[in-house]
Amino acid sequence: MNTLDMVEKPQLRTDLPGFKPGDTVKVHVKIKEGDKERIQVFEGVCIAQKHGGVRATFTVRKMSFGHGVERIFPLHSRTIDKIEVVRSGRVRRAKLYYIRELRGKAARIKEAKAAQ
Amino acid sequence: MINGLLGKKVGMTQILRDDGTVIPVTVIQAGPCVVVQKKTKQRDGYDAVQLGFVEFVKPGRVNKPMGGHFKKAAAAPVKFVREMRVNDDEGANPGDKVMVDIFNPSELVHVVGTSKGRGFAGLIKRHHFRGGRATHGSMFHRAPGSIGSSAYPSRVLKGMRMAGHMGSQRVTVQNLRVERVDQDNNLLYLEGAVPGPNGGYLVVEKSGR
Repeated sequence: MNTLDMVEKPQLRTDLPGFKPGDTVKVHVKIKEGDKERIQVFEGVCIAQKHGGVRATFTVRKMSFGHGVERIFPLHSRTIDKIEVVRSGRVRRAKLYYIRELRGKAARIKEAKAAQ
Repeated sequence: MINGLLGKKVGMTQILRDDGTVIPVTVIQAGPCVVVQKKTKQRDGYDAVQLGFVEFVKPGRVNKPMGGHFKKAAAAPVKFVREMRVNDDEGANPGDKVMVDIFNPSELVHVVGTSKGRGFAGLIKRHHFRGGRATHGSMFHRAPGSIGSSAYPSRVLKGMRMAGHMGSQRVTVQNLRVERVDQDNNLLYLEGAVPGPNGGYLVVEKSGR
């Protein structure tokens, strides 16, 4: 095994579900306030997954009171409590940046047929 | 007590802390090293040890002078050999092994390596000149501009920054923090970047000596 892969392997999280760009996900993020910790949920469409190994990140976009909000999460970060896949979408691209230009009905993503 | 090691850059990656912070680290294959020669004040004028990075060469590829040198230390011929100053004359005899366990986490180290070669580089890359406007009829792009006056002094002053060979130089990076020491695999994790390409040879020394 490549030495760097070996170094990164213990850090990779295997407890997270697989998801793809186009899927709607709920990301449960641990937030520290002073000495208290609480969990905040960020729900939106995953529009990109980038990098490999321990450096992997994913971008989630949601509409919040009419404004688009995007957050980039490090996939293997310990601050992510869990990820839920709410809905899987059928898309034809790996990066859905075009969705930023679209509003309302046009910005919808078709639901993927369940794998047989 | 030997305060440094020879190593090889494996590459960079990240360490994710539980609180969510990300630390950029360079992984170094540090040692094992073997003491090839010991230099003493009486004989050589200074105290030092010559270390060899354990990465063997075929015996047939070693020339005779170096072959004899390694034979004297009863060490197998290695590719990369460097000297390291020592303060005292105790310990460290030819043939001794030096392992990565001489380093402790959160200690500071200096790293010496050979920077990546950039070939014949222009002024913008080599000396961070700003260059001119790209469009709107500008006829000045990446050229150096004026390099001096006219009849007086009738020459270019010494040290004028010009285009030329860049990189492939000895570079030292000081005070990198040791993030982790992996004794089983002889790996050293340093916070930050070190000079040279992946696979380049490095000298890692404890700082503050």
